[in-house]
Amino acid sequence: MTVKDTHRDNPYPHRHLLGIEGLHPHEILGLLDRAEEAVEVSRQIHKRRLVLQGRTQINLFFENSTRTQSSFELAGKRLGADVMNMAVSQSSVKKGETLIDTAATLNAMHPDLLVVRHHAAGAVHLLARKVGCSVVNAGDGPHEHPTQALLDALTIRRHKGKIARLTVAICGDIAHSRVARSNIILLNALGARVRVVAPSTLLPSGIAKMGVEVFNSMRKGLEGADIVMMLRLQRERMNGAFVPSVREYYRYYGLDAEKLAYAKDDALVMHPGPMNRGVEIDASIADGAQSLIREQVEMGVAVRMAVLEALAANLPNN
Amino acid sequence: MAHDAPKPLVLSNARVIDPARGMDAHGSIIIADRTILAAGPEAANQGAPYGADIIDCKGAIACPGLIDMCVSVGEPGAEHRETLASASQAAAAGGVTTICIMPDTDPVIDDPALVDFILRRARDTASVNILPLAALTKGLRGEEMAEIGLLQEAGAVAFTNGHKSVKNAQVMRRMMTYARDFDALVIHHTEDPDLAGGVMNAGLNASWKGLSGVSREAEIIMLERDLRLVGMSKGKYHANLISTSDSADVIRTGKSRGLDITAGVSINHLTHNENDIGAYRTFFKMSPPLRDEDDRLAMVAAVADGTIDIICSNHDPQDVETKRHPWAEAEDGAIGLETLLAAALRLHHSDEIDLITLLRTMTSSPADRLGLETGRLAKGAPADITIFDLDRPWVLEKSAIRSRSKNSPFVDARFSGRVLRTVVAGKTVYNHAQ
Repeated sequence: MTVKDTHRDNPYPHRHLLGIEGLHPHEILGLLDRAEEAVEVSRQIHKRRLVLQGRTQINLFFENSTRTQSSFELAGKRLGADVMNMAVSQSSVKKGETLIDTAATLNAMHPDLLVVRHHAAGAVHLLARKVGCSVVNAGDGPHEHPTQALLDALTIRRHKGKIARLTVAICGDIAHSRVARSNIILLNALGARVRVVAPSTLLPSGIAKMGVEVFNSMRKGLEGADIVMMLRLQRERMNGAFVPSVREYYRYYGLDAEKLAYAKDDALVMHPGPMNRGVEIDASIADGAQSLIREQVEMGVAVRMAVLEALAANLPNN
Repeated sequence: MAHDAPKPLVLSNARVIDPARGMDAHGSIIIADRTILAAGPEAANQGAPYGADIIDCKGAIACPGLIDMCVSVGEPGAEHRETLASASQAAAAGGVTTICIMPDTDPVIDDPALVDFILRRARDTASVNILPLAALTKGLRGEEMAEIGLLQEAGAVAFTNGHKSVKNAQVMRRMMTYARDFDALVIHHTEDPDLAGGVMNAGLNASWKGLSGVSREAEIIMLERDLRLVGMSKGKYHANLISTSDSADVIRTGKSRGLDITAGVSINHLTHNENDIGAYRTFFKMSPPLRDEDDRLAMVAAVADGTIDIICSNHDPQDVETKRHPWAEAEDGAIGLETLLAAALRLHHSDEIDLITLLRTMTSSPADRLGLETGRLAKGAPADITIFDLDRPWVLEKSAIRSRSKNSPFVDARFSGRVLRTVVAGKTVYNHAQ
C-alpha cells in the first residue's frame, strides 16, 4: 500500500488535533460518527473500553477548567487509558518558560496523548513541535477549542438531523472566543449558515471576511435562526472596557424569552459554559425546554472519546 | 592599540557603483592610508601605490560599505545575545561597515560615560565602525530630556527613544525643539502604545489566530503627530521604521511641505508579510509588526520613488529564552545584519528597485542623514568598501550564522548575491574565500 492510499483509508490522518482549521469535512463527520458510538457506550452500565489500554494520557492545564478537564479525564478513562491531570499554576513560574520546560519534562515520561489548555493563542502548536506524542488542543487563548466545536456539532446533528443549511447565530464576545472561531470554521465546513451577533467592540477585525453574516442587533440576528449559541462574557470585559455595564449588555444582548422569540419556533439554545445567568442568558432560557446546554456536556465526553480514539489509532506500535 | 596603516590596496576589474555620484561603471578602487585615492574608470588607468596588494574582483560589484542605521546589540547588559564584537562580525559578513547602535540596552545609553563606554568597547573589540545612538529621554521613559549636548559631544550621532515611542506630545515637542539647537537628528519609532496594544498586524489574519492586533493607525497617527511637531520645531527628524502605505503617504506630504524629514524601513517589511508567520513562528514577531502584502508592496514602491530614504536591518538579537514562547509572550525582534544586503538584492532581482537606488538607501542616504564621510567612494573618504557577487546563490544555514542569537526569519532562505569581501578603513575584515 502506498503512502497515499494509507492517507485515504485513514479516517483521521493527523498526529494532533490542534484546531478545526485544516480538517476536511469528511474527517469532521468521521469524528462525529465515532462519537455517536461513544454516546452509546457512555449510556451503558459497563462503560469501560480497552482501546487505550496501556496508553498514558496527560491532561496539562495551564488555565483552570473544571468541566473540560473532567470531560477529557472521563473520556480517557472510559477508553482504558491511564490518565494523569497536571494543573500548572500560572503565577508560580514565569509564563512560557513553564510551557517548554514542562513539555520537555513530560515528554521524558513517554505519554501517548497530551491534552493541553493554555491561555496564549498558539501555545499548543509550540508545544506540539516539542513533544513526541499526540497533542489535543483543549483551548489555546482566543484561538481554537476544537473539541467544543465538535461537541456542539454533534449536539446539533442529533437534534436537527443535519448541519448543512441550518442557520446558526453565535452571540456575544466573538472577539475573545476560541469557541466562536472553532465553530465558525466547523459549521462553515459542514455547510451551515453562520451568523454572529454582538456589539462591534466584541467583534474581531475583519469579521465580515470570516465566513459569517454580521449583526449588531439580536432581533435581526436571531430572525429565522435554527440554533442560538450564546457565549460567555468575561467579567473583566463587562464594566466599561468593551461594553459599558452588565445591565446594558443584558438589555441588548442577553438572551431572554423576548429575544429568543425572534428565532424559529423550534430553535434550540446552546452555551459552552460556564454560564453567567443574567448577563448573557436569562435563567429561564438556560434551564428551559429549548436549551441543549446539559446535553452539550454529555456530548463533550463522547466527542473527546472519539478524538482520543482517532489519535490513538495513529500512534506508533498500534 | 596603535596599528600602522594597512598596506595600500587596489581593487581592480570591478563593477564600481557609487550611489552618491550615480556611478555604475567598470573600474578600480585605489586605497592608501585608510582612505580612497581614486574610484571608478579613471582609477583603472592609474598605477598602484608602492607595495599595494592588488585584488582582481573579476567583475564583482564594489560599492561603499553599507551603513545600518538601526542595530540592537546586547552590550551592555545582555552579552549572551550579542556583543559589539559578534555584531561586528555579522556585519562584516553582510557587507555592513558601519552600524548605529540603539540605546535600549541595560543600562540605557542616556549618559555621556556610557556613550564613551560603547566607543571604547568598539575600538577594542569591533571590526566595523560602531556609532552610538543615544537616548532621547532619560531611561527611554519618555518623560525627561536626555543631555543632548553632552551626549553629542561624547560621540552620539543621533538621538532616539529606541523601540518605544515618546507618548507625551509635549515632551516630544520640547525634545525636537531643544535638539534643533544642537542640529541633532531625532530618530523616532512611531507607534502609539495605547492604540497599538497588540501582538501582530490587526486584521483578518490576527483574528483567525486569536491574537490581538496592532492597528496600522497606531503608526499613522503617531507619525502624523510627529510631523506636526517637526513643523512647529523645525527640527531634523527621521521616522525609523514605517510599515504602512498610509505612512508613506504621510511622509510624502511632509516632504512636499518642506519639512526636514527622512524615513526608514526595515528589510523585513520589504521582504516579508504577515502570512510568513504561519503557525505562530515567533522569529517573525517584530515591531512594527509585519503587515499585509499591499503594505509590503507600498513600502517597496516608496523606496523605489525615494519617499523612503533608508533601509536598515533593525537587527535585534533574541535568544531561546525570549523567543521560544507562545506568540503573545515572545519578544519582538529579528536579526538581520548578515542578510541585509542579500535580502535587499531580492528587490533588484525582482525588478522592483534599481540597483543604485537600492544601494543608496544603505550607503550615501544614511551617511548624508548622519553627516558621515563614509557611504561614498569619494577621494579622501574612509576606505569602507563592500565587494559582492550580484548573482551568486547561497542558502542561509542556521549553524553558519555569526550573530550570537540565531533568530533570523531567513533561516534556510535562498539568496542571490553574496558578499565576497568587506573592507573597513582599508583593512579587509571579511573575506568569503577564506
